[in-house]
Amino acid sequence: MSEELRTNGHCQTVSVDDEPTAGVVGSESATAALCARAPVGLLAELTHRCPLQCSYCSNPIELERVNNELTTEEWCSVMTQAGEMGILQVHLSGGEPTARKDLEAIVSAASEAGLYSNLITAAVTLKYDRLEDLKKRGLDHVQISFQDVDAANAERIGGYPGATQKKLDVARWVTEMGLPLTINAPIHRQNIHNVGRYIDLAMELGAQRLEIAHVQYYGWAFLNRAALIPTYEQTIQSIDLVENARERLKGVLTIDMVVPDYYAKRPKPCMGGWGKGFMNITPAGKVLPCHAAETIKHLKFDNVRERPLLDIWLNSDAFNAFRGTDWMKEPCRSCAFREIDFGGCRCQAMAMTGDPRNTDPACALSPYHGEMVALAKAEAAKPATPFIYRNPRNAQAALKPADERPLVPAE
Amino acid sequence: MGETRSAGRLIVDQQTRPYLPPYLKLRHDAGRDRWVLLAPERILSPDQTAVAVLQLCDGKRTVEEIAALLAKEYSAPVEVIKTDVLDLLQGLADKGYIKG
Repeated sequence: MSEELRTNGHCQTVSVDDEPTAGVVGSESATAALCARAPVGLLAELTHRCPLQCSYCSNPIELERVNNELTTEEWCSVMTQAGEMGILQVHLSGGEPTARKDLEAIVSAASEAGLYSNLITAAVTLKYDRLEDLKKRGLDHVQISFQDVDAANAERIGGYPGATQKKLDVARWVTEMGLPLTINAPIHRQNIHNVGRYIDLAMELGAQRLEIAHVQYYGWAFLNRAALIPTYEQTIQSIDLVENARERLKGVLTIDMVVPDYYAKRPKPCMGGWGKGFMNITPAGKVLPCHAAETIKHLKFDNVRERPLLDIWLNSDAFNAFRGTDWMKEPCRSCAFREIDFGGCRCQAMAMTGDPRNTDPACALSPYHGEMVALAKAEAAKPATPFIYRNPRNAQAALKPADERPLVPAE
Repeated sequence: MGETRSAGRLIVDQQTRPYLPPYLKLRHDAGRDRWVLLAPERILSPDQTAVAVLQLCDGKRTVEEIAALLAKEYSAPVEVIKTDVLDLLQGLADKGYIKG
């Protein structure tokens, strides 16, 4: 079996920087002391509007309305504050970030704040002139998602006819302009057979980096799990393929991989630890420790409209709820790995066991683990269910009380 | 073909003229009093020696010239420095962080 899956040592989610701030020693000044404790990465979800309707979208089911979105000035202030508190990288995401007409101003503000900026886009509505302007304003990196390498299947998955040609055009502009390109490949049972061809596509487009991002089952993807989850065998095959390609393409293409943790033995160190190196801001300005954190209903999240970003990071209840190891229950509390994987993912523990302080059921030490694996295998063995596409109408239906009951612990 | 296109694996030798590709930013992180190399979805913390090497990688100097400059500055044997520089740069090239 692959080393990657066994240890789960790889686990960067799509937008987590690979270096948490823990252990970084600051110099003497007061600013330095704060910076040393500040996150290194910020995911800015500029809007939940999106032309695509992917059933595994990482946005919450309850999508934010346009008239609740932060204003231009508020987003620019976020960028300035982020730079001042020591954040190094900002990921401009959504929904579709280019749906914001003021993206240019936000990129300028990020650049002036000294942030390394990354545009995470579906690219279907991005025009040449606009991309060129964003580059002039200091945009550092572009990431484009491809729903599949086969156009017809990709457009069925994303619910957007004609998407593939537009994405290919934008990807070529990106490299022609001398910007670095990442290809994002969201992997699930309906495109997992094409992992090898994704690698070819990334090479052909001149990408520096490819993300083989197996879908993580939160929010929309949790709802659509039976349509998405691959079999154990398919998963292992795809991982072996990537590992071989990494060796072959050393120094040419960086391939990052996120695997579905349902088949893992050890949980992923989610976000590199809660409130440790990363923060997420929703379109309406709520500051979250991770993009799925709102699924933990008893947490209250502060808003950049009401409180400075640094104060929220250091002092808010939500960030302190699962910081460190004091909140842990057994088997995490006495586990030798508690400072390595931090008990896995709080949101997954919440979704599958009903208590966010429980060990992530992806961990073999969790009493819920056996049932989680059985559930995944059973779903993957049956024909895929139809997609519940991510759109406001389906969101409304999904928000009605679900009959999805939490798992029962093993005897 | 844009300048970010990958040409194949770079094997660093004495005559290579290394440079940082335009999408990497070597900058001082004042708050944490350290240097960082910012890359797509990556943050690297090069140590003092690595920073000294990277600051000399301008695409004009060869590895040999870089080693000679460092040997002079640190009064160290040039052969030892050269080996270290080659190791460092090959490692970075294999991650896509050095071109030549």
